Amino acid sequence: MSQETILIGLAGVLASASPLIFAVIGETLSERAGVINLSMNGTILLAAMGGFAVAYTTDNIVLGFLGGMLIGALVALVVAFASITLQQSQVAVGFVLALTCRDLSYFLGNPYMGLPGPRLQALPIPVLSDIPVIGQLFFRHDVITYISFIAIFLAWLWIFRTRPGLMLQGIGEKPAAAYIRGANVNVMRYVYTIIGGALIGLAGPAFSLATRAGWMGTISGLDGFGWIALSITIFGGWNPVRGALGAYLFAFLQWLGLVLQPVLTQVPSQVLQVAPFPLMILTLLLVNIGNAEWVERTLAAMPESARKIFSKILRAMRTSPPAALGVPFERD
Amino acid sequence: MNVELKNIHKHFGSVHANKGINLNIPTGTIQGILGENGAGKSTLMKILSGFIQPDSGSEVFLDGKPVVMHSPADAIKYGVGMLHQDPLDFPPMKLLDNFLLGLPGGIFPNRKEATQDFSLLAREYGFTFDPENYVDSLTVGERQQLEIMRLLFLGARVFILDEPTTGISAGQKEKLFATLKKFPEQAMTVIFVSHKLEDVESLCDRVAVLRGGELVGETQPPYVTSKLVEMMFGKEITLGERQPVQTGGVVLSMKNVSLEDVRMKVKNVSLDVRAGEVIGLAGMEGSGQGMFIRACSGLMRPVGGRIELKDKDLTGKSYHTFKRAGVNFLPAARLEEGLVPGLNLTEHFILAEEPKGLFIDRMMGQQLAEERIKSFNIRGKPHSTVESLSGGNQQRAELALLQSPLSLVLLEHPTRGLDIESVIYIWSKLKDRCKTDGAAIIFISSDLEEILQYSDRVLVFFNGKVSAPLDAGKTTVEELGQLIGGKGWADKGEAHD
Amino acid sequence: MIKDRFGNLAYQLAALLLAFGVVSLILISVDASPSETYKNIFKGSFGEMRKFAEVLVAFVPLLLVTAGLLVTFSSGLWNIGVEGQVVLGAIATTWVYRLLLESGLPPGLIIALAILGGMVGGAIWAALAGILKVFGGVNEIFGGLGLNFVSTALTIYLIFGPWKRPGVASMSGTVPFPDEFSLPLLANLRISPWALVIAFVGIVVIYFLLQGTYFGLRLKAVGKNFRAAYLLGIPTWQYAMYSFLICGALAGAAGAVQVAAVYHRLIPSISSGYGYLGLMVAMLINYQALWAVPVALFFAALNIGSIQLPIVMKLDSSLSGVLQGVLVLFVLLAAGVRQKFGRKAQ
Repeated sequence: MSQETILIGLAGVLASASPLIFAVIGETLSERAGVINLSMNGTILLAAMGGFAVAYTTDNIVLGFLGGMLIGALVALVVAFASITLQQSQVAVGFVLALTCRDLSYFLGNPYMGLPGPRLQALPIPVLSDIPVIGQLFFRHDVITYISFIAIFLAWLWIFRTRPGLMLQGIGEKPAAAYIRGANVNVMRYVYTIIGGALIGLAGPAFSLATRAGWMGTISGLDGFGWIALSITIFGGWNPVRGALGAYLFAFLQWLGLVLQPVLTQVPSQVLQVAPFPLMILTLLLVNIGNAEWVERTLAAMPESARKIFSKILRAMRTSPPAALGVPFERD
Repeated sequence: MNVELKNIHKHFGSVHANKGINLNIPTGTIQGILGENGAGKSTLMKILSGFIQPDSGSEVFLDGKPVVMHSPADAIKYGVGMLHQDPLDFPPMKLLDNFLLGLPGGIFPNRKEATQDFSLLAREYGFTFDPENYVDSLTVGERQQLEIMRLLFLGARVFILDEPTTGISAGQKEKLFATLKKFPEQAMTVIFVSHKLEDVESLCDRVAVLRGGELVGETQPPYVTSKLVEMMFGKEITLGERQPVQTGGVVLSMKNVSLEDVRMKVKNVSLDVRAGEVIGLAGMEGSGQGMFIRACSGLMRPVGGRIELKDKDLTGKSYHTFKRAGVNFLPAARLEEGLVPGLNLTEHFILAEEPKGLFIDRMMGQQLAEERIKSFNIRGKPHSTVESLSGGNQQRAELALLQSPLSLVLLEHPTRGLDIESVIYIWSKLKDRCKTDGAAIIFISSDLEEILQYSDRVLVFFNGKVSAPLDAGKTTVEELGQLIGGKGWADKGEAHD
Repeated sequence: MIKDRFGNLAYQLAALLLAFGVVSLILISVDASPSETYKNIFKGSFGEMRKFAEVLVAFVPLLLVTAGLLVTFSSGLWNIGVEGQVVLGAIATTWVYRLLLESGLPPGLIIALAILGGMVGGAIWAALAGILKVFGGVNEIFGGLGLNFVSTALTIYLIFGPWKRPGVASMSGTVPFPDEFSLPLLANLRISPWALVIAFVGIVVIYFLLQGTYFGLRLKAVGKNFRAAYLLGIPTWQYAMYSFLICGALAGAAGAVQVAAVYHRLIPSISSGYGYLGLMVAMLINYQALWAVPVALFFAALNIGSIQLPIVMKLDSSLSGVLQGVLVLFVLLAAGVRQKFGRKAQ
């Protein structure tokens, strides 16, 4: 394989990960505030269909993207209402929405099946795109991919370097402590769930108007990405940068599956396409094992010196969710 | 800052937690608030710190001006800051982020400036902190210091400290007190809430005592400990007829047992408990007695020593092994740990029985339930869910779940929140079990009268220290009160049998 | 108490009406007549015997999956991996068939062994989710989702790899086995009475397991209060594992029936989403076994009834999923509204 092909392939990996990146960032914001938005798989499909339909009907690609975001925000509003106001199980409501939105996208998207719609064009950045290697990798994408790069940085900056972002961490970690520091916990949870939902929604048109342009109903191949994004959020330890790396790793593995296919002829291509999924479980196991009870018990039984080393290793691997994830907050 | 509370009332449903409290705290004083658990201290402090709002008609004045505080954030704007017993900070964050969180300012905090402020403040008060370190690597005492710094930086003029000396080392306590003693010079007011007589006596300029939601008295130094104890626990102390001890063989034997958790260490306890004997564990909440009783039940693994039950070594065995050996544990949190909300009484009784075959005999279950309901005098029906029962009836249901035969019963606050009739009933049932099964009882209670009334011997816990077993017949409420407040330990020592 | 029950019924009726209202609005938005649509769904499911038989074909796996999920929900677990457990049941059944087809054993025995194999396969897959949860600290939702993807991958690998049709492998699945090795069907209909028997045995066993046995009661205690159950002497994590195994076996039976009675081979989408749909049924019936049969039948009827919508009305058949989802959503929301505001009103 020539260097040229590899570069184009890797650039493709960066672009094809962009929808996942929006979804992971959206979910990260929502979960950082303490709300699990389990509806992601359905939301992305509905937003992909809706975004495509809007862009097709209005012939305005920007409206398509906004439409997708609006859909994501509305679904998130239902999640927020059910979990924050009604204090119902976030898992139950999110799961029902995941299925319902998926079917709704197939139902409402029926008239748009296979229509030739608008697609975001690549927009090489002058000068920068001519830099060898780097230019090819990073500066010959469409706008939404550039936005995904920026979004990673902005989300990281917001969560870890701004005052409101610190408060966001506080709300998901220990709402009572955030409350005595002046946070209106439940209002902020609504806000972040809805903003997170809009970003998850953005993943839809990022598929249907860019990386996998068009709407093909059940054969769009988008079903499942939401669940993947959910795993990547955990893998990423609720950090947008680590989450983005997870998304790139996933896209890279999928690309590797395609590339290796001619070499590994006895392995069906469909299997290579799903190979990243078991790897995802393995990583989840690695980041979670420190939370298991028997590990703690074994650690407690170890001599002091060994205990220190092992807990250090586990601590480095482990990602701990925001402590108040899924826990309603009521001030006394 | 001068703080004045006028006619503070607070109801929680039918519970009247504060009953018209009036208190004036002059600028620059360290005011102690004493009271046992449930006296209304924390309700009063939550009101003053904006966490909850008092009933209408209650008034709070700061420097003579009436104020209404809607939230803790509101309170700090008025200059009232509260240090909670469990520091309300963010363990996974860096010290600097934890410090910055909630400080006013623009979107992007100036981290360099904040680091400088942080270090300056730390130096001024003699604390040593690395702002890049993580909060969860600190001890509780250090986390308190961190919170104090944060409140100072926010401009607090009134400091409320809720049981701040629980779970911190003696050295840290000294440091905390040294810090607090500097505050009056800067015209700041300190409100120190505690049940520890020693701490209050050594630190406070004035002391107010709460009991049953009312302010029962105020004193100034020199303090007379016996008078403080009397105010805290009430004057009228009636001890009923005590039963003479008739004990059998050793049921539980602890040899040099040491326990450890993140907050506390209990070291080298040795104790033999005999059949028929009742051991009361006294001490303010979180003094180590909870760890002790969990170790007796197998829920907590000792870090050293041996635990034997009827000469069988059970050290390090699981709770279920203890249970099979005849040890039953009734936790204080009835609906959280003791019973299963959503299941009814019949189902609970069936669960506690050894299964006979695959299918539940409903008739048998119904009979069993009716029988137990009658013999334990539970006000409820076989199909009543446990959460629909009153506290006293829940406790009776828990007693009815005790297995048979039984060697050792461990109880946490067996009669907390119960009416006197239930208390008497429950203890008569327990004593019956002692007699019929030859079981021993170990129980925790914050009610000193109950401890002296029903125990044969008493262990007092204070900050992880355990007293030698005291003969309940020869001990007074006042003595116990002093011991759990950390006084008079020199002559009681830490001897063991 | 009685008043309470009526209150609950009122909320559920309101949820039902709202759900149909919302779906009707969706229909109107695509210029379809709601009444016409509902009529067509009804005709497509109960209109003739042949169609009702199809409903029953969908009803069997759905009921089995729901029965299994009642067990995991009882012990407080969200077994989202049930979808993969159905798939593994189908794979294991196919594997047993492939092993025994040439063995000369009587077909009846082979069928029985194949279905049993399917139950074991589903149980093993569920045990994996359980092990990940109990020993790996991986939440059963994420472990289960991952295993679902792996099961799909495994199916495709088998169909295109070791088990591919002679000549060319295709999405149409593995080679069908001869008719005498499948569960016998009713004359001229696609439903096998044996499959119905298996489904009903499944739900009845689960009903009695949960209502009448020590095991079921202990399981409920674990689900409602893990800590108290432990203190009452119940080996809690073992019970969590048992409930995974039972649910997996029932889901595996659903997959086995799909192979042994419906498709006679392994196909890529062998589970048809019955695992996820079963979760919806379990939520809608609020985990009460008694209601599983009518609601599973209703959901199966919606699925089958909407199949002809594309032909008759040019509407996508996913309408059934929308209707089911909206219904469950409103029932959940109604329960929340009732808890939050109903109590205040009293």
